[in-house]
Amino acid sequence: MSFMKLSVSTAAIIAASTFAASARDQIQISGSSTVLPYATIVAEAFGENTDFATPVVEGGGSGAGRKKLCEGVGENTIDIANSSSRIKQSDIDLCKTNGVNDIMEVRIGYDGIVFASDIAGPDFALTPADLYGALAANVAKDGAVAANAAKSWKDVNAALPDQALQLFIPGTKHGTREVFDTKVIEEGCKATGAYDLFLAASTGADDDAKKKDAVAKCNELRTDGVSVDIDGDYTETLARLDANKTAVGVFGLSFYENNTDKLKVATIDGIVPSVDTIAKGEYPVSRPLFFYVKKAHIGVIPGLKEYIQFFVSDEMAGPDGVLAGYGLVPDPELAATQAAVEAETPMAPLQ
Amino acid sequence: MSGSLFTLDARTKARNAAERRFRAYGLGAIVIALLALVWLLISIFSAGLPAFRQTFLTFPVTLDASQLDKSGTGDVAQLSKITTITYAKILGQSLEAAIAAKGIDLGGAKPKQVADLISQESAATLRSKVMADPALIGTTIDFTTLASGRIDGYYKGRVTMDSAALDKNTSPEQLRLADKLKEAGMLAVRFNTGFLTMPDASDKRPEAAGLGIAILGSFMIMAVVLVLSLPIGVAASIYLEEFAPKNWITDLIEVNIANLAAVPSIVYGILGLAIFINFAGLPQSAPIVGGLVLTLMTLPRIIIPTRAALKAVPPSIRDAALGVGASRLQTVFHHVLPLAMPGILTGMIIGLAQALGETAPLLLIGMVAFVRDVPGGLFDPASALPVQVYNWTQRGDPGFVERASGAIIVLLVFLIIMNTAAIILRRKFERRW
Repeated sequence: MSFMKLSVSTAAIIAASTFAASARDQIQISGSSTVLPYATIVAEAFGENTDFATPVVEGGGSGAGRKKLCEGVGENTIDIANSSSRIKQSDIDLCKTNGVNDIMEVRIGYDGIVFASDIAGPDFALTPADLYGALAANVAKDGAVAANAAKSWKDVNAALPDQALQLFIPGTKHGTREVFDTKVIEEGCKATGAYDLFLAASTGADDDAKKKDAVAKCNELRTDGVSVDIDGDYTETLARLDANKTAVGVFGLSFYENNTDKLKVATIDGIVPSVDTIAKGEYPVSRPLFFYVKKAHIGVIPGLKEYIQFFVSDEMAGPDGVLAGYGLVPDPELAATQAAVEAETPMAPLQ
Repeated sequence: MSGSLFTLDARTKARNAAERRFRAYGLGAIVIALLALVWLLISIFSAGLPAFRQTFLTFPVTLDASQLDKSGTGDVAQLSKITTITYAKILGQSLEAAIAAKGIDLGGAKPKQVADLISQESAATLRSKVMADPALIGTTIDFTTLASGRIDGYYKGRVTMDSAALDKNTSPEQLRLADKLKEAGMLAVRFNTGFLTMPDASDKRPEAAGLGIAILGSFMIMAVVLVLSLPIGVAASIYLEEFAPKNWITDLIEVNIANLAAVPSIVYGILGLAIFINFAGLPQSAPIVGGLVLTLMTLPRIIIPTRAALKAVPPSIRDAALGVGASRLQTVFHHVLPLAMPGILTGMIIGLAQALGETAPLLLIGMVAFVRDVPGGLFDPASALPVQVYNWTQRGDPGFVERASGAIIVLLVFLIIMNTAAIILRRKFERRW
């Protein structure tokens, strides 16, 4: 019967230690897998250079992170949600319902979205119109809407290589997809004239409804296997490209910068994506990266404010900072962000 | 019908042929399974074994007092204001000076490329070394540290001169310089205990990422699972097998236990998130929650083999004990349980081994996280082995590929140890009637 005694006493020790559990002393962060590498780099440096504990950083996606942030106030909820797209009104409403009233919005910089193919393949010089022509379910053809039948890049644009169409794009759970939809597909839709055709054919009640309808039509992508949604991370896209050398994949700039020996990047509108061209606003497909802070936790969780200040400091997020070295496009208005963090300004209502 | 024993009739021949065919099918099945296993092991070991070796740089570092202790007082509060950025500069300058002192030609490598030979982890190591012993400031120490990931990849065949020419994080000049350093004895590839002891590291320093926290976290989780599921599982099994009346309620319980054992493990993660974190208010990413969730998952998987072990004890043992006047409790604890113990322990170990390799439920309770501080107890954030594998496969730097495979090897070694222990226990103590 000794094992019973042993296990009962160990169970008692565990139960006792439950009550001895002390307040949390490390920051907990969750959210976007695009922001994740930047957040871990900052967390690591923060832990090394201060007396505070190293923050615990989780991935999981922007939407999931914001939802977790809005679960409530208290030590068993997270302090910061990383996000590669702006917070939505529905998130703010959820936050309000759960008592999370003040949220600080911190923009850390910009991220470029690049199209890349196998290093040994041909060069691609793409435009949003080409990508729309390759991916959309319906395209404009001779002034009428027609189902997309393009099989090769040459069918889309005679200047492109004669290579079978195959694209790996981020799945809908990714923040990247949103930017891809608005900055590539919708732009391409407008440039090819398909948008006007959709608008004319729309049966919406008023102008707004018609526009919405046309945009929704633009975002309908092919379902015949040319466009493949990747729900995993960029590593999965890279593995798929490795298996299918003629395909084109969508990556974050920093991922590409760390795999330049395997990937060849495509130009968009003739611009090569780089930290420089994105910072200057020349490369069209980029988006801001954010994190959202639960203001009620500042002063409760040790080091929270210091972490935010450290993140937006010039050494980290600045033009010559550590993060720029990893592929983050620095924010030209970083000084304003630093001031807002200093003053703990909560975010204004969304427009 | 012919009656000869020596010439087989057509039916016997057909039956014999059917048997031979069946044997061939069975052998084929085993060969396919073995080939799959061999292929898996070869791919994991070829990718993962390099993770246990690492490239190290050794050079003298001059801890310049004018940079590290500007006030000249040696005041710790002042010293702690000097960040790793300054330490990184000192390391770069020291390496350059060491190369010059050895008379090695830089071969076109720029000062930044020289500094980039050193892992970014080194600055943090040096800083904590100085903070622990401020008397080092002003002296020159022999410092051994990790080389950066790309240099390490070069000596493992991951980076070549061709790929380096295309790579923004390294260059052929840098690799040629590394070769010269190797000749001069400043750079060496050797066994890396850090892979088993150091914490996870960020994407900028794959060379420094280790399994220390993950192994510790997995042990903590296993301890919780063992301590909770052994008494609960065994008590439930004994009651159901020896004391419970046989009626529709116990039948229902039995069906439920069998069902629970087959429920996908992610379901336990959802349950754990709802109960332990949202309702009971336990912290995220903590081994205690991981242990509790995996206990729920493991319980039915322990109850089933435990009941089978109890059932295997012949009724004559019970009858004999009851016959000489033992109570039912005495019968169970003095006779049945000791005889069933080997079976129970085997089931327990196999249940634990399953829990050790489980990832899905841990995803939901925040254990797939970047954790760098050593957990002080069950309530502090920790990682676990299988989630560390998952985590590393998602990283952008190619250096993490070998580390993920290396982590799989460590996990496999733990699983093999546990399963072998289960087999040995069963062989040694099992009794047959």
